[in-house]
Amino acid sequence: MPRRMSTLACAVFAVLSSSLSWAQSATAATDARLAAVESAVKSAQSAGDNAWMLVSAALVLMMTGPGLALFYGGLVRRKNVLSTMMHSFILMAVVTVIWAIYGYSLAFGDGNSFIGGLQYFFLNHVGAAPNPDYAATIPQQTYMIYQLMFAIITPALISGAYAERMKFSAMLIFTVLWTTIVYFPMAHMVWGKGGLLNAALGGRIPCFDFAGGTVVHITSGVSALVCALYLGKRRGYGTEPMKPHSLTYSFIGACLLWVGWFGFNAGSALAASPLATSAFVATHFGAAAAALGWLLAEWVHNGKPSMLGGISGCVAGLVAITPASGFVKPFPAMVIGFAAGLLCFFMVTAVKARFGYDDSLDAFGVHGMGGTLGALLTGVFATSEVNDSFKDAAGKTMALGLVDGHAGQVLSQAVGVLISWALAIVGSLVILKVTDLLVGVRATFEDEEEGLDISMHGEEGYNFEA
Amino acid sequence: MKKIEAIIQPHKLEDVKAALTAIGIEGMTISEVRGHGRQKGHKEVYRGMEYQVDLLPKVKVEMVISVARLDEAIQTILKAARTGKIGDGKIFVSDVQEAIRIRNEDRGEGAL
Repeated sequence: MPRRMSTLACAVFAVLSSSLSWAQSATAATDARLAAVESAVKSAQSAGDNAWMLVSAALVLMMTGPGLALFYGGLVRRKNVLSTMMHSFILMAVVTVIWAIYGYSLAFGDGNSFIGGLQYFFLNHVGAAPNPDYAATIPQQTYMIYQLMFAIITPALISGAYAERMKFSAMLIFTVLWTTIVYFPMAHMVWGKGGLLNAALGGRIPCFDFAGGTVVHITSGVSALVCALYLGKRRGYGTEPMKPHSLTYSFIGACLLWVGWFGFNAGSALAASPLATSAFVATHFGAAAAALGWLLAEWVHNGKPSMLGGISGCVAGLVAITPASGFVKPFPAMVIGFAAGLLCFFMVTAVKARFGYDDSLDAFGVHGMGGTLGALLTGVFATSEVNDSFKDAAGKTMALGLVDGHAGQVLSQAVGVLISWALAIVGSLVILKVTDLLVGVRATFEDEEEGLDISMHGEEGYNFEA
Repeated sequence: MKKIEAIIQPHKLEDVKAALTAIGIEGMTISEVRGHGRQKGHKEVYRGMEYQVDLLPKVKVEMVISVARLDEAIQTILKAARTGKIGDGKIFVSDVQEAIRIRNEDRGEGAL
């Protein structure tokens, strides 16, 4: 009997243990399959996000060349068309090099509240692995090249103020110093980890700037005003005709800017996400309303709506919607755009005439003022219905702007605006002074009369005898 | 020999050319010019900067013909170039001392 019992026990044990090991191996297989599915989902999301971000990076580069180069190139006189295009183009080369050496690190490395550290010097540690602080689903290299395109277009925007009269050597020195002393710190403060104004990554004064109202447009626009005042007026300003030599170029340029701006704003979602769609929509609606706002003001004021007015308005609207694009709904986007169209029209017609500064192509009137308006109105219209990525300590979605009942945000935005104005004014003044001492900033009388194309570059835009 | 310089509206050039060809006058030189007489220009505004544009585009037709055909040519141009509005242009006539064909050195009216 005991023997039979033990045999039975053995048999039961054998069955049990075999089924147990079967169950164990089944769990292991499921785990392995789950892990494989998870990794496939991750790489699928990464593929989608990366595809959109690479396209966005290319779109933003297209805004500088040919977009801005054509927009500005058409607005100057025929003798300065190439030098003006060169102001944009050369930055595609120069800023790229300094970005690789130290720019990306100073803007996005771990540093203090004002400037990044040196761990990404010479693009060290910037490879295929994502940087989860900034964008967890794309290679950090994608994030780096995308942000570079912003660093290229920002100083290019300033060229609208010094076009037709700045020495090329001075322009190069000014721009390298400006990008280093004004742009990189500002980008770090607003977008870098631990930056003073960073709303997502531990800034002390959380300022909402989705795609660069403060970082790009206020810094460039306000610096443009400083340049216009420091350089003085173009010779013959107000007495000689200075009509745009080719508004057809400007039209093509402005339309390329409109399209490229989808990469600029919707790309700032850093993923092919619903937030990217929302920013895309807000961008488009803002541009459309602004074009109509400017045209309406012009029609009432001058009796005729001009093509140049329409494209200027659309750019003003794109500028103003930039900081707000990832935070606002479509109709507030149109309000922001329409207001920017009216304000910028007023700036470049009434205010510029009243104070008499020669901001050749209205970089301040459009980018400085449009950016300021947009940054402030972002504090009014930002809503968690559009962007719910901001959580409080308890994990609850935070109220964003005034429309969400968070009036204090308008104040935070104003602080961000003030800091970017101050940095742009002080930085630009010091840099202009230094550049002036080194090489002299202004072209000579003869060079300016002859045109910068021949005097600076030894070529002409239009060779009729050829 | 006489030289006719007719400054006309650009859009009338084809009419004038056709009319002159029809009466057998085929040699002419044409240039695009800018100018103004009594015709007032127009105002242009670029981002608030106003410009009064006085010099308007015109076409200048130049030809040298024999004295015998002068009146006929002038009448033909007048008829073809006229719209009746200010800005139709002007015709100037002057004496020409000599004409030389470069290819074979023909001189005088034979070179026309």
